[in-house]
Amino acid sequence: MNGIDVAGPQIAVLGAAGVILLVDALVPQQRRLLPFIALIGLAVSALWTISWVARDDYQTAFGGTLSLDHFSVFFYFLFAGITAMVVLASIDWVNREGRGQGEYYALVLTACSGLMFLSAGRDLITIFIALELSSIPQYVLAGWGKDVRSSEAGLKYLLLGAIASSLLLYGMALLYGVTGTTMLAEIGETIAWSGDANRSVLVVAMTLLIAGFGFKMAVVPFQMWVPDVYQGAPTPVAAYLSVGSKAAAFAVVTRIFFEALGARFLSDDWSNVFAVLAAVTMTVGNVMAIVQTDIKRMLGYSSIAQAGNFLVGLAAISVAGGEFTLGASGVLFFLAAYAFTNLGVFVAVIAISQKIGSDQIRDYAGMWKRSPFLSLGLAFCLVSLTGIPPTAGFWAKLYIFNAGIRADLTWLVVVGVLNSLVSAYYYWGVIRQLFTGASEDSTAIRTSPSIGLSLGVAAAGVFVFGILPMPLISAARDAAAIFAQH
Amino acid sequence: MELTVLVFLPAVAAALILLLPQKQEGLARWIALAASVAILALSIWMFFDFDKGQTGFQYVVRKEWVDVGSFNLQYFLGADGLSMPLLVLTTALTAASVLVSFSVTMRPRAYYACLMVLSTSVLGVFCALDFMLFFLFWELELFPMFLLIAVWGSGRKEYSATKFVLYTIFGSAFMLVGILVLAFSQGTFDIEQLGQAQIAGTAIPVGWVFLFLFIGFGVKLPIVPLHTWLPDAHSDAPTAVSVMLAGVLLKMGGYGILRMCVTILPGVADDYSVWFAAIGAVSILYGGFITLRQTDLKRLVAYSSVSHMGIVLLGIGALGSTALMGATYQMLAHGVITGLLFGMVGLMYDRTHTREIARLGGLARQMPLLATGMVFAGFGSLGLPALGGFIAEVTVFLGTFERYEWAVLMGIFGVVLSAGYILWTMQRVVFGPVRHEWDSLPDQNHWWEHSVVAGLAALVIVLGVYPALVMDMIGPAINTIMLRVGS
Repeated sequence: MNGIDVAGPQIAVLGAAGVILLVDALVPQQRRLLPFIALIGLAVSALWTISWVARDDYQTAFGGTLSLDHFSVFFYFLFAGITAMVVLASIDWVNREGRGQGEYYALVLTACSGLMFLSAGRDLITIFIALELSSIPQYVLAGWGKDVRSSEAGLKYLLLGAIASSLLLYGMALLYGVTGTTMLAEIGETIAWSGDANRSVLVVAMTLLIAGFGFKMAVVPFQMWVPDVYQGAPTPVAAYLSVGSKAAAFAVVTRIFFEALGARFLSDDWSNVFAVLAAVTMTVGNVMAIVQTDIKRMLGYSSIAQAGNFLVGLAAISVAGGEFTLGASGVLFFLAAYAFTNLGVFVAVIAISQKIGSDQIRDYAGMWKRSPFLSLGLAFCLVSLTGIPPTAGFWAKLYIFNAGIRADLTWLVVVGVLNSLVSAYYYWGVIRQLFTGASEDSTAIRTSPSIGLSLGVAAAGVFVFGILPMPLISAARDAAAIFAQH
Repeated sequence: MELTVLVFLPAVAAALILLLPQKQEGLARWIALAASVAILALSIWMFFDFDKGQTGFQYVVRKEWVDVGSFNLQYFLGADGLSMPLLVLTTALTAASVLVSFSVTMRPRAYYACLMVLSTSVLGVFCALDFMLFFLFWELELFPMFLLIAVWGSGRKEYSATKFVLYTIFGSAFMLVGILVLAFSQGTFDIEQLGQAQIAGTAIPVGWVFLFLFIGFGVKLPIVPLHTWLPDAHSDAPTAVSVMLAGVLLKMGGYGILRMCVTILPGVADDYSVWFAAIGAVSILYGGFITLRQTDLKRLVAYSSVSHMGIVLLGIGALGSTALMGATYQMLAHGVITGLLFGMVGLMYDRTHTREIARLGGLARQMPLLATGMVFAGFGSLGLPALGGFIAEVTVFLGTFERYEWAVLMGIFGVVLSAGYILWTMQRVVFGPVRHEWDSLPDQNHWWEHSVVAGLAALVIVLGVYPALVMDMIGPAINTIMLRVGS
């Protein structure tokens, strides 16, 4: 029973998925209740997590493969929140689409449980299975739309995802071959004990892991799928991919590299790799984003650029003065701030695109007159993505760049700051469209309660954590502190 | 506590305004007016309550804000003799800008909310004593300014608003790097502590840190050649925004240079002082010559601001107590005078709907009150004795003469130019043959217009005939800076 209690937050979410399928099949006239069942499941999951926090009894289950610690608790809350926002943002779209409502919410929830398992896995096999549990529903969701582009997005995501999974499996197999175990902690101990005898194999394994997860993190050069999939997939699903899937990938990479591959002779290698990837990723993402005319493609490239910012935190493992986990806590804090911000952007885009039937940035002209609420919310979140105070995005960048400077990566921070300047250009390009120009159609856009609520929550989060970032920073520091004992 | 109320009252007003239902949107301007009168009264009370004999910061509020181990940030506000007059200037001009836009009917809720947030931002900049808090307030101004220009502006407003944003972001990116390097090397963001520490051992040479901060502040001041956003922003902004922009936003740059660059890095400031004087003198002359050629009334005043802010930089370059006091005084005087001047231009524009100097003329007959105000503001701007600008300019030139004679000579020539362009403009706009197309237009006729003009004009006179009122307060603060420079 203990294992079920530890995995409670995931089980609650999966249970809700099951209930949704049953309700959908047995009482189809009550379909409008489905999203609420999903929200209730997520709330139960969050309450279950809270009960663990209250019990203050962090433990592992299933032979140590699943770990309930500050790190996974942080992500349980994050994923429950993200999924709830995605569900809220999906309601209008799903209702309009009409078909497969039950399946849609069930898949979203299943993916959520996979993401949660990913953040809690301390064993390579568990991690791999969790990855598939979260990915397969997302492949289906990406192809959910009726048009050809959505099918193309789903197929592309599936094929590239399969390649990534195989690379990952290869890397994991090599790690197992060298160390004889799949448990992260034991891998770390074995490597520390055996020294750099197997270094060359470990470097190959690491490269494969980075390539495999790089796909999910949307890091250059594994980013090709991002703009196509974001553009083609239904917008709520693109929001889910850009925030949930990315956050989980960063969570698991942080855990594997800090816990299993944290030995000094290895971390010197991979921190350099991450530093170079960070610089390349943010630069490519930002430069490509400038020339986009489709807002979803632009957001795709922008999410690539943001992934480059996260990588700065991973590269900063060599922080001097015992602040080993500063970079990791920076990644977590940035992920949470980014989740609020990017969801806000996507929710506004969903609401606007539905009404104007276009994703072209130029069609957003004069949106201010049609919906001040959506325009202000979107603009505020874009300000946060740029990294201008008083927003959560500002603190995220400040915190992670601080870690970079402390790890003697000043050159990378300079690249990061310059990139923020470049990003200002295209983010403010959208803001400029919103508040200036005129559209031919000037009918007001009414926002549905679910869209209003999710955008309101996102913008409020961006603002509140933009003024008082301390609670979120503390949570991220506590979560990252689990790596400090090594 | 007083400062917290002062800074955040406008923000609270902004929130209230945004919560108004559509039917009640007419109330927006009254809420904005009430808030701005309240902060004006509060700041005046604080001004007279201020202990002039004491150096250091007063009305201090200090709370833990963000503590992440490797750096600590505080919610730390305080005012000294340098910031107190600037706070009063800001509240006065906030009230003025609310009053000059009392007739705005297009989306009044968003408009007044933006104005109020702008006010919070500037007030915060003038009294924040934590460098990151300062930066937060500094950036807070960006978004409302963008909206105010882009939505309620005229002409090429989109272009101007975007240019304003990009210039500011460019400058603040440099500033942020400077702030971080400085703070990490000293382990504190506390401006008071940084202002007493010997800065050494920074990650990049202190000269670079200074330069980065200077670029950030210089864009705002503005200095030639970083000034090109200013005429565009001014000419396309609505009147109230021009008043705020010229009146107080530019002063954020001058204040930043004095408070941060000079106080924290006095050694570097001393080494570079000749560059300050040179850039200041060039700004005065260049601004003056360009102003002569302007055909648009608002662009004309905007370029004259470039010239007048050059005087501030010239005074800072001299790094003597007289010159620094003059520079501070110039910020105040220019704030009030140019605020008034933009107000007058705006009121004229509201009636004639043109800013083209060639199309105006003889307005003294049709609008005697407006014309009087205009001429009065013009006299202030050209530095007529007994008005505020004169005291400031004379003090700066006297203080600078010993160190950079050549720069003062250039500066004085700039003042001659300003007499030229102001008088010439007045001749073309206010006097000369009457144009009958303006016959039917009303003169200054609303109570809010009368009160703005009368209030600001009175301030110009007070600054001109009773400088001790403010100088006594600026003096001790400047002496503190001079002690740093001297050591």
